[in-house]
Amino acid sequence: MQHYLARQRYLIDYTVASLLRHRSKNLGLLLVYTLVVFMLASVMLFTHSLRQEAEQLLSAAPEIVLQRLLAGRQELVPASYLEQMGRIRGVSERHGRLWGYYYDPVVRANYTVLVPRDRPLAADEIVVGAGLARSRGLGHGDFLSLRASDGRPVAFRVADTLAADSELISADLILMAEASFRDLFAIPAGYYTDLALSVRNPREVRTVAEKLTLALPDTRPILRSEILRTYATLFSWRQGIVLVLLAGALLAFVIFAWDKASGLSAEERREIGILKAVGWETADVIGMKFWEGALISLGAFLLGYLLAYLHVFYLDAGLFEPVLKGWAVLYPSFHPVPFIDGLQVATLFFFTVFPYTVATIIPIWRAATTDPDAVMR
Amino acid sequence: MRHSDRVLALLAGGLLLLAASGLDAGLRRQAAVAELRQQRATVQALELTDLCLFTEARYTRHLSQADLHTPFQDHPLAFDHFPSGSLVSPPLRRE
Amino acid sequence: MIELHEVKKAFNQGRPNEFWAIRGVSLTIERQRVTVFKGPSGSGKTTLLSMIGSLSRPTAGRILLDGRPISGLPERFATQVRRDTFGFVFQQFHLIKGLSVLENVMLPAYPSGRDHRSLKQAAQALLERFDLAARASSRAEWLSGGEAQRAAICRALINQPQVLIADEPTANLDSALAQSFLTIVGELVAEGKTVLLTSHDPAVFGSPQVDRVVEVHAGRLLESG
Repeated sequence: MQHYLARQRYLIDYTVASLLRHRSKNLGLLLVYTLVVFMLASVMLFTHSLRQEAEQLLSAAPEIVLQRLLAGRQELVPASYLEQMGRIRGVSERHGRLWGYYYDPVVRANYTVLVPRDRPLAADEIVVGAGLARSRGLGHGDFLSLRASDGRPVAFRVADTLAADSELISADLILMAEASFRDLFAIPAGYYTDLALSVRNPREVRTVAEKLTLALPDTRPILRSEILRTYATLFSWRQGIVLVLLAGALLAFVIFAWDKASGLSAEERREIGILKAVGWETADVIGMKFWEGALISLGAFLLGYLLAYLHVFYLDAGLFEPVLKGWAVLYPSFHPVPFIDGLQVATLFFFTVFPYTVATIIPIWRAATTDPDAVMR
Repeated sequence: MRHSDRVLALLAGGLLLLAASGLDAGLRRQAAVAELRQQRATVQALELTDLCLFTEARYTRHLSQADLHTPFQDHPLAFDHFPSGSLVSPPLRRE
Repeated sequence: MIELHEVKKAFNQGRPNEFWAIRGVSLTIERQRVTVFKGPSGSGKTTLLSMIGSLSRPTAGRILLDGRPISGLPERFATQVRRDTFGFVFQQFHLIKGLSVLENVMLPAYPSGRDHRSLKQAAQALLERFDLAARASSRAEWLSGGEAQRAAICRALINQPQVLIADEPTANLDSALAQSFLTIVGELVAEGKTVLLTSHDPAVFGSPQVDRVVEVHAGRLLESG
């Protein structure tokens, strides 16, 4: 055992000395490799953290939201539907929700306007999300003028702002009183955006949903479990740009790594001949090459992963902001909570270290088994 | 100093930092418990259904409330206008 | 003592370009002697030497080292015998470029996994002895021809082999350097090493340090004094 370890250390000595001969080339390789791992690990850590947070937060969402569809579009729901659905066993509470979007031409941002049920507000009062307050420079007591659907400006006084640490769920919210909401968007009394239902026993939700679609055929129930499922697959690897970007980066790297690792130069072949002639076994030559691949890929993995950790959890995934922001003006400032999936990290480790190491060893096989007397000829 | 010593020391340092990052994650998760509870209370009180990640389009702002047709509302062959539309998949429905 | 019994070597056996480089050689080489294999290029002397050094295997026949057979061993054991028993100085020296002279000298001992400090000291002592201490950390390709050969000798001696094998050692040296090489050979034999050389340089096989000259011609021996 001792002998084995001492021997491996000598092999590492040789590999490192031989890598240092082409210092800039190999450092460049390590850098590119690290960058690829960094990108992959950043996406992985960020999306996993977001999914976990979504799961924790949205498990408090309404059990059932009932939308009315008209010609494939969401429509206002008449309050009479609350009666029409009849008594459904298990539904403990039902009420209408009022919410909508407002486009602010001043900063070209979309806001979500919402009527809170448990927070009485005066007709001219609003509560705004921290992101909105930031982009419009609003503070307590400031006024925000919104254009009503008939064109007249309506001024609101900011009574409060929502907590800054809840931006991930509330950055773009405007809370206002029901009367002001109906006035602003000209929504007649007796209509709601959608209905929210509470179900006491979670096992009955599905039955309730089925009864609802029977009683009100033009409606569509959205269950909390569906909301959770939607967010559980948020940014799965097959999705759009993520895949295109990663696939591009990976392919480029594979070509690069393949060329680097498998192209055995005449010089290297000669060196292997010398090593064998002076007393190295085939296993030593292969072991030496194994360390070359393993050291580079392991180094890249550690460096890339650690940088990604810093990026996502200490710099709030700043590099992803432009991608996630898209054309939006409002972007929540939030701090991802480090939920880490060990299996994902292990998978990343495997896929960064294993293929590269194998790609380094395989081409050496033939060269390592050549007759050592080649150097004498 | 031997090359191998230097490299193995670097690797050991990296592994140590890896372990430290795991520890750090645990501590930060613990510290975030109260904040998450607070946010959950907000979700419950305001009956929120979605994360406020993408504010550019309504079908990505309220991802779970959009239906499968929403991205095609303007025209069945309309391209997706919004970058966020290509980052997320349509909401999932019951099987 | 090294014994060869009816050793034969064929290249590309069984193919149309089959070629018998050694056609039956029996020979006994004594310890602590300098033996020179002499012959024109293509005579088979290098092939013979590489078989003795177990760099390659004879197609037929046996080679014994102190009564133990060393031909026909599996690769691992052949490598071990080669590492422990033989030191090689190649015609082109074959130092590894980009590595320091010291690292080059230490290389053959790497697979043995021996203690690093004592190995380094041994290598430094060898460099000292062959007047290369000042160049220990230079890259191998910066050495002059004579220095490169001395570095190659250091490398050949690092595992303290019984037998030193040198292929055309004076081919790339001027006569003064060739003379100093032969002086080194004399010293090594005095220390108990056995030295085998190939050469077609009269300065070598005419030298007083040489004990025996074996003439090889077309794969057979023409023994001489």
